[in-house]
Amino acid sequence: MATSDLTRKGSLIIVDLPKILRNGSFYIAQARIRTMLQWKWSILGEALATPIFYLLSIGIGIGKFVNSHQSAGVDGVKYLTFLAPALLAATCIQGAVGEATFPVLEGFKWHRGFFAMNATPISGKQIANGVLIAAMVRTAFGCALYYIALLSFGGLHSLHSLWLIPMTLFSAASFAVLMMGICAAIKNDDLFLNMVQRFLIMPLFLFSGTFYSLSSMPKFLQVIGWASPLWHATELGRWISYGHHLSQVAIIVHFSYMAIMGLIGFKFAHFHFLRRLSK
Amino acid sequence: MSPSEPSIQGEEPLIRARGLRKDYGSFTAVDGIDFQVNRGDSFGFLGPNGAGKSTTMRIIAATLTRSSGEITILGKDPEVSGPEIRAHLGVVPQQDNLDNSLTVSDNLFVYGRYFGLSKKFIRNKIEELLTFAQLEEKRDVKVEALSGGMKRRLTIARALVSEPEILMLDEPTTGLDPQARHILWDRLFRLKEQGVTLLITTHYMDEAEQLCDRLMVMDKGRIMAEDSPANLIKKYSTKEVLEVRFGADRNAMYADRLRNMCDRIEVLPDRVLMYLDDCEELLHQVVSEGMHPTTSLVRRSSLEDVFLRLTGRTLVE
Repeated sequence: MATSDLTRKGSLIIVDLPKILRNGSFYIAQARIRTMLQWKWSILGEALATPIFYLLSIGIGIGKFVNSHQSAGVDGVKYLTFLAPALLAATCIQGAVGEATFPVLEGFKWHRGFFAMNATPISGKQIANGVLIAAMVRTAFGCALYYIALLSFGGLHSLHSLWLIPMTLFSAASFAVLMMGICAAIKNDDLFLNMVQRFLIMPLFLFSGTFYSLSSMPKFLQVIGWASPLWHATELGRWISYGHHLSQVAIIVHFSYMAIMGLIGFKFAHFHFLRRLSK
Repeated sequence: MSPSEPSIQGEEPLIRARGLRKDYGSFTAVDGIDFQVNRGDSFGFLGPNGAGKSTTMRIIAATLTRSSGEITILGKDPEVSGPEIRAHLGVVPQQDNLDNSLTVSDNLFVYGRYFGLSKKFIRNKIEELLTFAQLEEKRDVKVEALSGGMKRRLTIARALVSEPEILMLDEPTTGLDPQARHILWDRLFRLKEQGVTLLITTHYMDEAEQLCDRLMVMDKGRIMAEDSPANLIKKYSTKEVLEVRFGADRNAMYADRLRNMCDRIEVLPDRVLMYLDDCEELLHQVVSEGMHPTTSLVRRSSLEDVFLRLTGRTLVE
């Protein structure tokens, strides 16, 4: 055999389709994570700097001002305690949306990597799932660091608050998968992500009761909060973190809202991934 | 036997299409074509851009749905058994879609995982593929730093990681310099010798002649002819061709006189092609009749002449 010839048993023998059907989503996620690791230091830097800057400036800086004017704090707790679950949710949702949207445009349009993946036994659904899994792995990493920072700055007070992490990740995933589906559906990506950042993510951040209670806003602005996954995540987060009052019905509504958003998002993303890959 | 093995019986064709059609709205990209590819064939789709070659390839690759007709690949319908079929295909797309942020070896590793191959198997395979693609020294280099020819070789190596039954190459050497093309042809020729079934689309006639045992000439979504390159030339052209140039505005003027001296002529904007088995003699006759071309060339017939005969157009316009 010449040195440049290939040994060959053939795909009929070496490829195990049931294994791919079972694990394909994870293969995609592994590939995405391998790509992310190319930027591991900037990911780590961002995950550390974001909570520290936010907590120093808003949590402690503004918190001192708020606490000095309202001895009872906000919602019966110190401002930082009130703010902590909202900051955690906002950061995780933004991070997950970013990781679930840019790679979609890259995969379909900029570098067409999804078409390379789909030339293998991997299906469009598995590609969508894999991208989301990888996005959530990165989000979970950032979420864990943020949680530790909140504990260190005194924004969280008990181990019970650990439940914040799965709840926050659940809300981030439900919104991210919907945004992923929308990204797969759009044909012209010009300015799309900028528009999302400026006219969707930023208003959600500002009008979801993040920095003050939603009820203190005019009714017509409260509507934005009701539609926002961030508000639902924040309400549940405050309930978990310091016992913010929520009725059982409210708890069910908040969870259901995010679960339904996630389910619709999955259907939408799967449909558009399959459609775009077969066009 | 792997659970993914399709039920291929004996000498059943690997690919069989009947009345295959693909419409995009009112535009018909593939217009009811029939063909079959047997195991070990090196089968080429030859035609200009927009002939329907790539569309046909995507249907075979189980990544594009057909509008009507029938097709089986490895005995299965791609619309029902897409992943099962794709498990045995190696696809080299027209545009490289490697992961630019990863290294050469990481690209091969990641792709091997998509076929569910074990990490150990892929690591061994990477060594072979890097040697095959002459990229050993680029193993740890990021793809974005590779030349066009290297990227193309890596894309082919990537398609071979799963040892596919069918290797599909869509315009494999478009955009490459002559040296890079010849290196690639050599690699593909080795695969052909190993019995890998090759499906190639190209609009380069020399590539089609070099690599393909059988060719399907396509134009406007239809099959114009199908045979071996040598037989196509024998059927649709003469042994030799005389190319004469009289100047852009005078080529047509001489056409009537030239037509009577040979089997057939084609008047192109820049030259006249005259078809006859012995063109040296024909050239003497042209000159002796008082016509003095500014340049002349006697050459053997090629697939370009076949295409011109079949469609009235050149391959690259």
